[in-house]
Order: sequence, then structure tokens, then C-alpha cells
Amino acid sequence: MAARATWLSLAVAGAMLPSLVQAETYFEVSGKVAAEVRYFTEEAAYSDQSDGGNLSALAEPQFLWEWSDGDDRITFVPFARVDQWDDERTHADIRELNWLHVGEEYELRVGLGKVFWGVTEFQHLVDTINQTDGVEDIDGEDKLGQPMISVSSVRDWGIVDLFVLPGFRERTFASEEGRPGFPIRVDTDKARYQSDDEDRHIDLAARWSNSFDVYDVGVHVFRGTNRDPQLQTELRSGQPVLVPYYTLMTQVGVDLQATIDSWLWKFESRYRNVDPDDFTAAQFGFEYTLYGLFDSATDLGLLTEYGWDERGTDATDVGQNDLYLGGRITLNDEADSQLLAGISRDLDYDSTSVLVEASRRFGSNWKVSLDGRFFSADDQRDTAYAIRKDDHIQLTGEYYF
Amino acid sequence: MTLNSKPLKLALAAAIASPLMISLPVQAENPMEKGLAISEEAKRRDLGWQDMKAQMQMVLRNKQGQESVREVRMKSLEVDNDGDKSLSVFDQPLDVKGTAFLSFSHPVGADDQWLYLPALKRVKRIASRNKSGPFMGSEFAYEDLSSFEVEKYTYKYLRNEPCDLGECFVVEQYPVDKNSGYTRRVVWLDTAEYRVSKTEFYDRKDSPLKTLTNHDYQQYEGKHWRPDLMKMVNHQTGKSTDLKWTGYEFKTGLTDKDFNKNTLKRAR
Repeated sequence: MAARATWLSLAVAGAMLPSLVQAETYFEVSGKVAAEVRYFTEEAAYSDQSDGGNLSALAEPQFLWEWSDGDDRITFVPFARVDQWDDERTHADIRELNWLHVGEEYELRVGLGKVFWGVTEFQHLVDTINQTDGVEDIDGEDKLGQPMISVSSVRDWGIVDLFVLPGFRERTFASEEGRPGFPIRVDTDKARYQSDDEDRHIDLAARWSNSFDVYDVGVHVFRGTNRDPQLQTELRSGQPVLVPYYTLMTQVGVDLQATIDSWLWKFESRYRNVDPDDFTAAQFGFEYTLYGLFDSATDLGLLTEYGWDERGTDATDVGQNDLYLGGRITLNDEADSQLLAGISRDLDYDSTSVLVEASRRFGSNWKVSLDGRFFSADDQRDTAYAIRKDDHIQLTGEYYF
Repeated sequence: MTLNSKPLKLALAAAIASPLMISLPVQAENPMEKGLAISEEAKRRDLGWQDMKAQMQMVLRNKQGQESVREVRMKSLEVDNDGDKSLSVFDQPLDVKGTAFLSFSHPVGADDQWLYLPALKRVKRIASRNKSGPFMGSEFAYEDLSSFEVEKYTYKYLRNEPCDLGECFVVEQYPVDKNSGYTRRVVWLDTAEYRVSKTEFYDRKDSPLKTLTNHDYQQYEGKHWRPDLMKMVNHQTGKSTDLKWTGYEFKTGLTDKDFNKNTLKRAR
């Protein structure tokens, strides 16, 4: 699928080349390379996994061509990672390869792209368009490039985005050697679909958003392949494997933020219909910032969110009855030093996960991050149980160019 | 705004119409009224710039003299009877390259602000309450870079004295917004063109905090004066920031349509 989408994008890019050559074209290369070392503090839970350290490196350049005084643009963002132990985490993707055209009353985007919807921090319930690149991190914020034709228009009554999504990207999962990982192998080569069109089903989506005074509102509908698979257990040569099953769904969702003085009030909710079931989930909370702590330049942000799913413990997603607390310290210094700490508590299973992320810049090209992830889960029915032994500390050095 | 400015405007209009009368209304004013009148005149003289594009480069220097550089491209739109709209794109440092900032400022009350984070493709509405915080780790606070609106301060005229731009009015400004990081600013404006020559900032404890000096003023469109260089020195930390402006363009044809969440997302 990725290959087909790539060829589609290349064809589009190729079609644009004649005008590229003729017009005055601006070209720019930027991007980053990064190296990371992870140290797992506990003995691995599963026999194929390794104890101790894991090394990994990535490259993500961005190439940009622009002409017609900025009204036409091609963006190309390839991505590749090499991982010491996890064959599935060693992977490449095209994050973006799209042509953007800006018209008088609309903008058109064709190719592989990324779109973000939503307002909350700990979970992204209404962020629907792109598939999660699950091997990158467990926070679900890394996304695979999605083939799309999209039109956006700014009107007096709000912004309308329309999407035709020809082709589906499968979620990536860690291999048996990968940590954090699963007790049973996820066989991504055998993914199944509810639709007879499988990964060629053409999905459709529309979103309206607007700002009224202190309120920012978005409403969307989506009809197509659910990005979140159900993992079904099967026996293959006598060995159990997990097989992703992708259903078709209709989704309606809303996101809302009220920005009042030092408070950001946030609410996201989605309704999904997957025949014959339908269910609702929500994530809501606030972010309150104390500016200029103790007469310094330091800001302290306090975050609280709650995640709820109508299905309760039958929910396939995490965050069905979870409380999230976090603190973000921003020094506002020249190195842009930051510390983010968060804890999530599953109120059904009494499991806890803790995250700490500290980062700062060195010079004008380097950024260094020290992250920690710690999990505790005792209930085997809890999805977090699989990664209970995968506590780790991670040091990342990023070089920007 | 506590003072009714209408009579003052009329007085000023009369004063400008007939130079001989200049001293008459000014003498009749108390220091508060005169401070306000000077500030209103400074604002009035710069009205009608419509829209503007410029690049700014900041050189941050710490006590040891170590430097770091910030580069931002900016577009602004003048809005009648309201604060300006602006769209800024960060080019340096490279780890925040592509980050963009959209602001609808208002003379009174909170500004509307959105931040675009290119790695996540996320637009985030942010609180504008943080006026006193440093802009990108520099010695410029957000409030130092926002557009001058008469309603943001109350005023007191102190004296006339010589300054870098010739003869200056010295006016004390008291921020109306309780979230300002200052108790007062003392501003030197030249009597000929009403350009700000120097500003002294006093912190919340009323101790001297920073001094801003503006250098190399250029006139654009035969009307609008802008400095090529702004130097901010922090007396309490020994740090300083030089802000260099280049590529000023006025009346480029920007409209309301160039300032929304879509233009924010595709800004580069």
C-alpha cells in the first residue's frame, strides 16, 4: 500500500515538474538526524526480548519546492529508523510527499500527508486521519503518511476541510524482540479487513471548525476503515499469533477548547458505529499555567484529564476509565529547557504509568532529551499488563540542519 | 481608559493646524493629560500603514558574552478600531524551525493567539496571559513586542530633555494590564517626529530592570518610522539582546484572508 501511494505522489509530483522548471522555484532542505539509547531497568517479560540497552538512529530530512509566489508547493519528508533489536522498528516511511495549491478561496492538497485534530494532551481520541506508527513510541503521536486528496476553505462561518482518503496504512507493531512489546507476536502480514476492498477502501471525512471569542470548536464525520485494529488470537503452526482486524466504521466527533485567562478547558468526544455496535468515548480536562513562578521566567503548567469509554473494560483502547495528571516546567531560557512529568492511573485495573521528559538545546543545532517511562500493572486483562516489565530510560540526541 | 480624550484630540488638531497655538493647549494641560496627548499623537502619526512584512534577527548575549541567534519572519495587518493581526514564522533555532504564531491583538483584554507545531501538524490555541514572559529566551518580553495601543497605559509627562534623536519628551507609562511585568516604563520620544528613542523598564518591585534603545531609524512610505536596530539590556542579569530588522515592506496587499488558521498551518 505504501508503495502504491508513493507512486501516486510521485506521479503527481512528476506532473508538476514542467511548471516547476519554468517558474521561479524556491528550494530548501532541512530536517534532523537523531540517535537514541534506551536502557530497560527490568528483566524482559518474554524470552525473545533482550535485557538492558537498545540503540537506535533515525533520519528525517525535509525537501521543499515552492513556486507561483508560494501558491504551489511540494513537500517531501522521507523517514528511516534503524533499531538494534527490533526488526519491525527498523523501518522506513514517507511522512509527506504532497503538492499543495493555494487558490483564492480554497487550498488543495494531493499526496501523502499528515493531519492533526484535537485539543487534549494525554490521549488523542478525535485525531482520526493518520495511522499510528506504533513502533516509534507508545504515546501514539508518531504517524504514518496518509494518501489523501483534501480541500480546505476558510469562510465567514468557519473552516471546512474535506478529505478523500484512497488507501489505508496498517499500524506498525513491535516484533517479538522489541520492547515495549507483546507476549504474542503480532502478524502484520496477515491483517484482515471487514471491507472486501481491504486496504483499498476509499475513506471519506469532513470537518468544520471555528473560533468564537475564547472558544475553538471542531466537528467531524468519518466513514471508512478504523485505524485502531482489533487484535485476534489465532493458531499458526501450533503457535498463537495476534492478527490485526480492521473494521469499517462511521465516526462523529467533536473537540472544544475554552481559553480563559490562565486556563485551557479541553473536551474531546467521539461516537463510533461499527456494525452492529455503537459506542461513545470522551477525554476532557484542563491545563492551568502559573506564569513567572517566584518572580522568575519559569512557568509551571498543571494538567488534569479524564478518559472515559462507554464500553468500560470491554473497550479495546486504553483510557476507558483513566485519570491523568501532569506538570510541565518551562524555564523560558535561551536553551528552551523543559521538563514534563505525567502519571496515568487506570481506575478499573489499578494500573499506573509514569512518564518524564526533559529536554534542552545545545548550541544552535543540537537538542538533547532524557525521558523515562515506568509501568506497573497486575491485572492480566489490562492492556498495560503486557508492558509491565518495560520500564526504561531513554537518552536522545537530535541534530537539526 | 479613564481620561476622556476627545477635547485633547481637538486641541491637538487645532495645534497642528496653526503652529502658533502649539504652546497654548499644552500649557493648559496637567502632566497626565499632556502624557496622554503625546502618546495619542505618536500613535496617530503612525496610523495608515495598512500592512507590513519584515524579518527580525535577535542576537542573545549572556553575561559571559556567549551568543545565540533567533530568526523570525513577520507579517502584520493594521485593523481599524482594534489591535493588529500578525503571523510570525520561526527560522532559527533550527529545532523550532517552521513553528508559527498567529495573534489577533486587542487594545483592551486578552489577545487571541494560536501556535502551530510543525512536527505534530498541530494548531494550539494558547493563553495570552503570559505578557511578561521572555520571547524565545531573549530579554524582550512578549509585551515589549506587541503593538503600541494608547489604551494599554495611563500616562504622566515628566519633562523635556535632549536625547539621541534631538529634543525629547520624557513620558512615564503605567500598564493597565495587571499581568504586565512592569510597574512603569519611562519613554523618551523625540519632539519632531514622535519616535521612541529610549525606554526604561521598572519591574514589579519598581527596581530598574531593562533599558531599550532604538537606533538607525528609517522612514517608510514617507511616513512610518522604524528602527533598524533595537538594543535591550537587562541590568539585573547582565544579559542583552540585539534585535535587527531587515526587509521592511509596507502596503504589500495583505488582507484579513492572510491571517487565519489555514495560513498559520501552511506558513513557512
